[in-house]
Amino acid sequence: MAGRTFAEKALARAAGLPDARAGDILDVTPDLVFSHDNSAAIRRIFAQTGAPGVRFPDRVAITLDHAVPAPTTRHAENHAAIREWVRAQGIAHFFEVGRGICHQVIGEEGLALPGETILGADSHTTHFGWLGAFGAGVGRSEMAALWATGELWLRVPEAMRITLSGVPAPGVTAKDISLRILGDLRADGGLYRSVEFAGDTLGALSLDARATLPNMMAEFGAKNAYLPPDRAVLDYVDARARRPYTPLYPDDDAEYAVEVALDVAALEPQIALPGSPANVVPLSEVAGQPVQQAFLGTCTNGRLEDLRAAADVLRGRRVRVRLIVIPASAAVFEAAATDGTLAALVAAGAAIGTPGCGPCMGNHLGIPAPDEATISSANRNFRGRMGTPDAPIYLANPWVVAASAAAGQIADPREFLP
Amino acid sequence: MKLEGKVWKYGDNIDTDVIIPARYLVTTDPKVLAAHCMEDLDESFAQNVQPGDIMVGGANFGCGSSREHAPISIKGAGVSCIVAESFARIFFRNAINIGLPILESAEAARDAQPGDSLSVDLTAGTITNARTGKTYQARPFPPFVLQIIEAGGLVPYTRHTLGIEI
Repeated sequence: MAGRTFAEKALARAAGLPDARAGDILDVTPDLVFSHDNSAAIRRIFAQTGAPGVRFPDRVAITLDHAVPAPTTRHAENHAAIREWVRAQGIAHFFEVGRGICHQVIGEEGLALPGETILGADSHTTHFGWLGAFGAGVGRSEMAALWATGELWLRVPEAMRITLSGVPAPGVTAKDISLRILGDLRADGGLYRSVEFAGDTLGALSLDARATLPNMMAEFGAKNAYLPPDRAVLDYVDARARRPYTPLYPDDDAEYAVEVALDVAALEPQIALPGSPANVVPLSEVAGQPVQQAFLGTCTNGRLEDLRAAADVLRGRRVRVRLIVIPASAAVFEAAATDGTLAALVAAGAAIGTPGCGPCMGNHLGIPAPDEATISSANRNFRGRMGTPDAPIYLANPWVVAASAAAGQIADPREFLP
Repeated sequence: MKLEGKVWKYGDNIDTDVIIPARYLVTTDPKVLAAHCMEDLDESFAQNVQPGDIMVGGANFGCGSSREHAPISIKGAGVSCIVAESFARIFFRNAINIGLPILESAEAARDAQPGDSLSVDLTAGTITNARTGKTYQARPFPPFVLQIIEAGGLVPYTRHTLGIEI
């Protein structure tokens, strides 16, 4: 009998079955479901199901993060409706304005654990692969059905194994690895797959960096992504977990639909040109391109290591164009305030915002004017993403974002480091 | 169930930010969303689309954000069906869940030209192009998914599983 992939093992577990194979359609009971500012709209769909109440309120998390603090009365009314719903249903895990982005907060709170299945009403739920969990995004009607029944049908995806070797050079990060994968294999290269990472590079990445890889696999079409949890991840989890868990690892003889290998030792920083995260070129091809705004933050690259990278670039310098920095969570904010990172960024001229998604999807807090170019540490640069269709968005790692803010043009951070 | 309509053709990797930009997500009213559907890519679409028209896309149609507003805006605009080479997975699920039929056929999608007239038989999963006379067989839905479609979407399906009568 051939071995099993991570996805096969995780979804069999979530369905309460001894075994599952790619292609099976299963009724799964996730360990946690979550949503964010979209929860009020989900509540309206929930009402149409006729369900008397949320089936498992202790397995539901809601985070206010997409438009925080509320930029308009409509957003404020939306938040108020969500708070009322949380009270009425006894939702166990509610995170207020300022606590941070759902994907970051749920990891920090120990609510997503290795081997578990996590479904979120957000496309970047692939994020939880960094913890060795099965994380997949679902739509609003599906979240309403999950609230009502605690279950949802999922097809077990075929798996793709990406084996990374080598250690990235200074100024080169998991973001660049992700962008290179997207550039090489295109935006649908992982469509409908469980993207399962392997290789010696993973152990060399910090925990902050590891979260970036599965997060970016949402742009690859992946259903979920996975990194095998090592001791460092298990230590992080054990300090936070509120329930027992069992890590899952793919079998050595698991069957992969596709296998890819990438040596990252010689990789240089990568840039996604406006329009698609898969429109990727090496930094050297686009260095010198003027930008009018730099944005550092998001679930992709708003963690402590990312803020520290920017501070390392900017100490003793002033930004030439506005730099907006939004920590991914209150915990990141506090750590960066305590260790001097935020002071260095503010001294360099950065504007610091409330933990949350910030201007990533064009709600507020840094919408560019038409024809103003932004360099961003986020995961998406689709046309109109940041609020106006005529504002080009370049995606890059935090070092590059900071260097570009200092230079007023896309710049190589390695020229700024001692 | 049979559908007939004129083709609006778009390319590969049509993302949900161009289908319906986030600046319009403060509403879930299909009519309001429909008025802005595709506007960052093709302003003529919302102005000229006719009830029953069929949208045709390339590979990875509907990639990006999980927003259900994307299929809602397309359905609200009057589009009866989407034919594409392939769909992004969350869009695929969302479309089924809100009752917008979608069919995967690389050949039908590639051959279709703007303004062509397509007829679609959802039960048989076939697509016929009136200009070329060709008929294409789309990838069939898994039986489990057909149950949701037959129930009229995920919400009525969930009512059924909860034993709640309408």
